[in-house]
Amino acid sequence: MNTPEDARLHTLDVRAGISVSTWREAVEAAGSLLVAAGSCTEAYVDAMAAAVVELGPYMVIAPGVAMPHARPEAGVIHPGTVVVTLATPVAFGNPANDPVDLVIAFAAVDKNAHLESLQAITALLLDEPRLNAVRAATNDDELRAAVSGEPTSTEGH
Amino acid sequence: MITIATVCGMGLGTSMMLAMQVRQLMKDEGIDARVNPVDLGSFKAQPADIVVTTTAMGHQVAGTTAKVVLIDNLIDRQHVKARVMEAVDAFRAGE
Repeated sequence: MNTPEDARLHTLDVRAGISVSTWREAVEAAGSLLVAAGSCTEAYVDAMAAAVVELGPYMVIAPGVAMPHARPEAGVIHPGTVVVTLATPVAFGNPANDPVDLVIAFAAVDKNAHLESLQAITALLLDEPRLNAVRAATNDDELRAAVSGEPTSTEGH
Repeated sequence: MITIATVCGMGLGTSMMLAMQVRQLMKDEGIDARVNPVDLGSFKAQPADIVVTTTAMGHQVAGTTAKVVLIDNLIDRQHVKARVMEAVDAFRAGE
């Protein structure tokens, strides 16, 4: 479970190529998936957006990749991660890494319980072919397969 | 031993991802370091020799006595390695 080779990212839900016009809509879209999956409250989604405003867009951690989240006490019910890709990239206000086309939102209960998910997210972002497949996914099934790292018919392992 | 704080707004995401990478780097380079992921509030109360954070958080750690390393792209291992080692060398030279 903990080996990098098997660092598969388990998501509660994914959405490929959604249309949004602002960073806030992107955060809310990802947040609504967390809420629908029972992972957090609406207040948590508001807190994710507030964190971008209050702390700055530092959670845009790599070119095109945003990782919105808030503190556990903002309304986490149980831990979870969702992945959303955007049809048209949007700016978060991070000059180095805008515009964003991949949003990985999470709800965590504490640092340690969350470590495995972060390792899986890191593994995904470092795996260029897989990251390209995530960005290229045209429907939710393709996106889910790319995110989880399951082999597809076109590429072997 | 060098103490390195990886800092982000909430201590849950970015700082943890930075800590994982910096720990691995210190291990690879054979450097005795303690790497602590912390949120901004904890960092101000508990300084370190080197602070690693993202460029977008740079202004939040201004004024610290620690050597500051600012990272743009968390998943660019060469970028992270080059910036962190620069600070480690500078810290050692100043000892």
